[in-house]
Amino acid sequence: MTIENQSTTPVEIGKLIGVVEEFRNQGYRLVQIGCTATGDLYEINYSFDKDYTFRNIRVTVTPDTEIPSITGMYWGAFIYENEMHDLFGVNVRGMNIDFKGTLIRTSVKNPFGIAAGKGEKQ
Amino acid sequence: MSRQIIVPFGPQHPVLPEPLHLDLVLEDERVVDVIPSIGYVHRGFEKLVEKRDFNNYVYLAERTCGICSFIHGMTYCQGIEQVMGIEVPERALYLRTIWSEYSRLHSHLLWLGCFADSFGFENLFMNAWRIRERVLDVLEQTTGGRVIQGACKVGGVRRNIGSEKLAEMNEGLGIIRREIEDLTNVFLFDSSIRHRLKNVGVLSKEDAYHLGAVGPVARGSGVNVDLRKTGYAAYGKLKFEPVVETAGDSLARCTVRARELFASIDMIHQAIAAIPEGPLDVKVTGAPEGEYFSRSEQPRGELIHYVKGNGTKFLVRSRIRTPTLTNIPPLVKMLAGCELADVPVIVLSIDPCIGCAER
Repeated sequence: MTIENQSTTPVEIGKLIGVVEEFRNQGYRLVQIGCTATGDLYEINYSFDKDYTFRNIRVTVTPDTEIPSITGMYWGAFIYENEMHDLFGVNVRGMNIDFKGTLIRTSVKNPFGIAAGKGEKQ
Repeated sequence: MSRQIIVPFGPQHPVLPEPLHLDLVLEDERVVDVIPSIGYVHRGFEKLVEKRDFNNYVYLAERTCGICSFIHGMTYCQGIEQVMGIEVPERALYLRTIWSEYSRLHSHLLWLGCFADSFGFENLFMNAWRIRERVLDVLEQTTGGRVIQGACKVGGVRRNIGSEKLAEMNEGLGIIRREIEDLTNVFLFDSSIRHRLKNVGVLSKEDAYHLGAVGPVARGSGVNVDLRKTGYAAYGKLKFEPVVETAGDSLARCTVRARELFASIDMIHQAIAAIPEGPLDVKVTGAPEGEYFSRSEQPRGELIHYVKGNGTKFLVRSRIRTPTLTNIPPLVKMLAGCELADVPVIVLSIDPCIGCAER
């Protein structure tokens, strides 16, 4: 079985837009954006691919950090950014289409959020 | 400028097998903007990973989708195996490949039927689904399940296919191929169908790539991306070239899927010819610690199961990125500028699986 090599590079939130712009300029396509709650922090993974080379960058932020939207570089990213907002409660600034919490409707608000993980209803 | 009105499309609509809602902004009969909404069938699958141990979660991963369920299970298992450094036996990898391609056959035939239905060709719909029954019969005979197979597990597969059955499948594929030839000849060469699909819902190659289109949506626009080329399971041992069309319209997306049926049959023949004898699984001990983005090519395109473990039997995170989710932005682009009457055909042309997309 062939398994691809994958790399994950940590990126500071202030440099996120610049790094994503570089991926766009190098011709990478956006594969996904995903969030993981780890302790009191969120890890947000931005994955890219070009010619089957998979690269991942990661910003680690506190729940109240505002994330800049990358929809200026990758128009379709709104689907992941809204999902991240609805399921985790992550605030994303400057999305091209902002559903304001109505993309994915759940009975528990932000079910993957850190407060929800501790048994509190957000 | 004409007066703009908003026409809601879905979540209940005759052509939609699953609930997707689109607010169509119209000027006369022309769509000028589209706001998509999902959220009607969110089931919280990813959250359940915190309550099911990583071996049992295979059953849930499979149930993400009622069409390409096997590939979901396999992709999840592949992620865990990579994190745990498990070497899956060769025979199991070939069996996974065979079942994956049968899943593709069944999914594409299902879609061809639904697509025919979307432009009012009922008889073609019934013919596509009649052939699909032959494929489902094989899946049922070899795994015990028509739609949910339960044949994949972390470390290998649960069931074997004996050499007699493999020979029978090889022969049966000849019948399926002949029937598919007749079926796809109608889809690809009938003048009324071509007229209905040609230049409808055009997506340029550049838009397809940068909007994140995957699978037949991307390949129908000339983007040559097929994750099977990364060589997961036994695909690295098979000869095939991704099916690519360049027109970027609904006909091109239909043509990609039609041609992929033949490519899948060829791949199954190759896998049956090359499958080695040997064990079906390896014993799995311990618990996953680490992370991996497991990628595969579903019938609708690139699928990702991201798994992250902390050394306990419960994963910290399972994130499933399905092809339909990432094909929604390209759909919005395709719809802008189209006629209202073309919306059902264009929506169906991406083969939307909303259950998958919402998990």
